[in-house]
Amino acid sequence: MTTSASISSMKAEEAANLIIGGERLFILDVRNEADYADWKIEGKRVEAVNIPYFELLDGVDEALAALPADREVLVVCAKEGSSVFVARQLAEAGVSGVRYLEGGMKAWSEYVRPVKIGDLRGGGELYQFVRMGKGCLSYMIFASGEAAVIDAPRMTETFLRVAEERGARIRHTLDTHLHADHISGGRQLALQSGGTYWLPPKDAQEVMFDYAELADGARIAVGGATIEIHALHSPGHTIGSTSFLVDGTYLLTGDILFVASIGRPDLAGLAEDWAGDLHETLYERYRALPEELIVLPAHFGSWQELGERGAVAARLGDLFAGNPGLNMADETAFRRMVTEQLPRHPNAYEAIRQTNMGRLTPAIEEQREMESGPSRCAIHDN
Amino acid sequence: MEISMVVDTKGLACPMPIVKAKKAMSGLNAGQIMQVLSTDKGAVNDFTAWVKQTGHELVRHEEDGGVYAFYVRKV
Repeated sequence: MTTSASISSMKAEEAANLIIGGERLFILDVRNEADYADWKIEGKRVEAVNIPYFELLDGVDEALAALPADREVLVVCAKEGSSVFVARQLAEAGVSGVRYLEGGMKAWSEYVRPVKIGDLRGGGELYQFVRMGKGCLSYMIFASGEAAVIDAPRMTETFLRVAEERGARIRHTLDTHLHADHISGGRQLALQSGGTYWLPPKDAQEVMFDYAELADGARIAVGGATIEIHALHSPGHTIGSTSFLVDGTYLLTGDILFVASIGRPDLAGLAEDWAGDLHETLYERYRALPEELIVLPAHFGSWQELGERGAVAARLGDLFAGNPGLNMADETAFRRMVTEQLPRHPNAYEAIRQTNMGRLTPAIEEQREMESGPSRCAIHDN
Repeated sequence: MEISMVVDTKGLACPMPIVKAKKAMSGLNAGQIMQVLSTDKGAVNDFTAWVKQTGHELVRHEEDGGVYAFYVRKV
């Protein structure tokens, strides 16, 4: 018997590019069924089967029967070890071109994919950073050698690298609100780049560090006076939630308004109190804005929201026409929708809030664990 | 609870804790209990699912200072 079993790794970036590029991808996910049901890699042309690795210890016949004959297979597990184990066995059983996801779902969760959204006046540019594994979206504005980062994840290296590549200095990092689903990198990134960290004061009453107050109506300049970020207090997901109007064209809605859903008001335990704020923000404050604005949210709930080139964006007017959260007949029905039958909470959301307030400082491994699973910040998430 | 066998997989990553536990299981008699030690947090869901799939019984599991202990009774 020959054992010239050849397997190779695939980085999260390659997997993401295949998925966004519309390539077919067959995934054999060997995690346990509960973890697989909780979150997995998805996409328009992604097919997947879930067979836990511990069912394949004595042989891979069960997996062989489930694999397509005509395509390469990507084996995925939590951290890589089990996928290598299964990939080797498949290769020894004669399957060619078997690949495994380097770093497993842990790496998938941490990978962020930059997509250009558009040009801004004066040669500026706006980029979206798509954290595909978790459904988080961050933004980076470039103008005249300066940059601002909005809703940065804890993986700040990506943003420092991109800034360096473009010869831009990160002057501002801003969070639309105190996040409950992921650990913010905003403060860290500001410390690393010598920039200013901005946070809405109403979300920051218990924080343990200094920050700049994002007051309603504040205007933050990037690149001298080239680009302006205009802060608009828009409570509801949290009491401090703030939207940003960028260059008069883009509306960064944070966790208030998504492409296919709206934000949930319950992650700080105050759903009843905040439902009214959420209604006022969506049905009055946003209604008063130009319909031509391009909405750029801080999250997406499913791969269906990823548009062309893998970006998540929609015209405000289109969302008023089609987003179910913006089309409730009356406030009573709206209140019921945003306070009853909400999805499960994001994993470790209370510990994540405490971390983002600087009241907890978990080790990096623990931070990864806290962030495992999808964000679940929208009322329609699974 | 009488423990007939201890399987120490501390420091080992997936899939080794279950590979070792499975191997050790074949040396147990029905009714005997095996203790498996692991430092892999992911082992909790994996062990629960593995024991269920094999038809054995996960008597209980506990965590102490980052070390997870699983008590599995062979059926």
